[in-house]
Amino acid sequence: MPLIEARAVTRILPGIVPTTLVHDIDLAVRPNEFLAITGPSGSGKSSLLYLLGLLDLPTSGEVLIRGRATANMPEEERARTRLETLGFVFQFHFLLPEFTVLENVMLPMRALGSLSNDAMRERASALLSSLGLAEHMAKRPDQLSGGQRQRVAVARSLANDPPVILADEPTGSLDSKASEQVFGILRDLVDVYGKTVVAVTHDLALAARMDRRVELRDGTIVADERIRTDASPAG
Amino acid sequence: MNLVFGIALTHVRARARQTLVAVAGVATGVGFSIMMAALLQGSQQDFIRQLVNAMPHITVSDERRKPTPQPSETFFDSAEIHGLTPQARRRGIKNPLATMASLEGWVPGAVAPSVKVQAILRYASRDVGASIVGIEPRRESSVSDLPKQMRQGTLAALYRATNAIILGDRLAEKIGARVGSNITVQTSEGVRVNAQVVGLFHSGVRSVDEGTAYTLVKTGQILAQQTGLVNEIRLRLGDALAAPETAARIERETGYKSVAWQEASEDLLNAFVVRNIIMYTVVGAILLVASFGTYNIISTITHEKARDIAIMKSLGVTERRVRAIFVIEAGFIGFAGALIGFALGYGLCAALGMITIKNPFTDVTRLPIAYSPVHYAMAAAVAIISSLAAGYLPARKAARLHPVDIIRGAT
Repeated sequence: MPLIEARAVTRILPGIVPTTLVHDIDLAVRPNEFLAITGPSGSGKSSLLYLLGLLDLPTSGEVLIRGRATANMPEEERARTRLETLGFVFQFHFLLPEFTVLENVMLPMRALGSLSNDAMRERASALLSSLGLAEHMAKRPDQLSGGQRQRVAVARSLANDPPVILADEPTGSLDSKASEQVFGILRDLVDVYGKTVVAVTHDLALAARMDRRVELRDGTIVADERIRTDASPAG
Repeated sequence: MNLVFGIALTHVRARARQTLVAVAGVATGVGFSIMMAALLQGSQQDFIRQLVNAMPHITVSDERRKPTPQPSETFFDSAEIHGLTPQARRRGIKNPLATMASLEGWVPGAVAPSVKVQAILRYASRDVGASIVGIEPRRESSVSDLPKQMRQGTLAALYRATNAIILGDRLAEKIGARVGSNITVQTSEGVRVNAQVVGLFHSGVRSVDEGTAYTLVKTGQILAQQTGLVNEIRLRLGDALAAPETAARIERETGYKSVAWQEASEDLLNAFVVRNIIMYTVVGAILLVASFGTYNIISTITHEKARDIAIMKSLGVTERRVRAIFVIEAGFIGFAGALIGFALGYGLCAALGMITIKNPFTDVTRLPIAYSPVHYAMAAAVAIISSLAAGYLPARKAARLHPVDIIRGAT
């Protein structure tokens, strides 16, 4: 069963001139693949990612998470599904400025509320240590470098140990060294930890190092190619 | 710590100065509301106290509220009677001594008999109508403040001369009489008595000072041409507020019209109702204005935090919890404002209580301040509820924010 599946998903932004963001998309995200969504700007890559991540609702069509339809889910349940199944990394770190790094990573755990305070603290610091941020845990986000912040964002996306990480231009605002570091982490998540990563990028060189590439143009899929067939067992 | 609470606290801490301004706004509102309420209620209580002191708590008169029923009316369900001349009753409370004795038996307070007669006072060819109240000076002090209201002479002076009379100061002025003057008192029945003015009183109530004179019961009875007449029993109770119930019981037991002071000064008490409505409106308005400050800061915070709200929502924090964050912040402002407002209100009351007022007729008085926990509770309740409401509106708007709109806008 695909982890995330889009069936004939269309999203139209209402307005005086309605804008079609994505049109009639069919896409299945299989377990343990590193999927790149590429395309020129304005092609609807990010919009598709938001739809897959339940941040946005399709105008028509259906997004299924582990085979479950989501369109008519109540808000609470959708939030819960998101917390349990999906982790997000955005182009900008989007950390809460008033909280320490550790607290930021703990935030999704608190929102889910299934761990005790001590357990959350322990897990968050373990995550941060594994990403090489052990000595920055008590700092606030604005005391970190761009690359460090993005790694904190990755740690936060992993907080509730979701099977899928959705990344929107995760390296888009980083220099090449930090970018390489963050990409390495995402790569490890797939290869070592068995996660599934869907990353939107306009960087074709980066996309080439992932497992599968879906190319969008004007809101529709124009190409869907497998790059590394050895990595994923699913067809 | 709880997620929602933790975030709310962090926001408030990060906006310490703005929060303080909002808290100060609420505190000022609460403080001044408390002060207003204390002052208004204080002056009202003071006024009622004067009113209650100035008059008997219950007046039992020889009138009846309803005409006596005809025997046929008690025998038949409906009876119609034409052309009856109403029976002329003998004036006065029947068997006054026994009635008084029975009242004294159970009424918690003092009882005094009196005779009330309408008469014309004549002096130096000036005529003024007045109520002549025949009293027993010894008992009078237990039911009214007349002894304290004496400007010249004393109540006891009534015993000193035959047909002594005490006039209201304005009444004396009207007819031009002074202490020692010999005036003529004449009733509509034609009884004429010469009386000597032995004292003047000032009650502060104009209609009383202009139209009342006191004599001994005996003189009143002579004027009414009826020996042993008592047509009014006045009572003063230990608890003035119990007057209506006691009056109702007296009326039930004796059949005579018993009027409690609340009934007698109904119009005044109604005026207080209007005053209270005005007070609560003004107090409510003050607190409402204070809540605008709360609305303002919560709006500002939600506006500034739009991106954070989007992030939290994208991470899976529900709308309800986002809303709760800002409502808690508003609640905190309301609560802190109320607490500081308590101190401010108490301080203002204490300060006002020190102001003295000089009155030419009475001793130096202080501004009357009523300290009541109800004022504090009320101000706090209105402040907190209006703060919560003021926070809820922007919070609801913020919680509805679509995370994608913000995230898309940021890139």
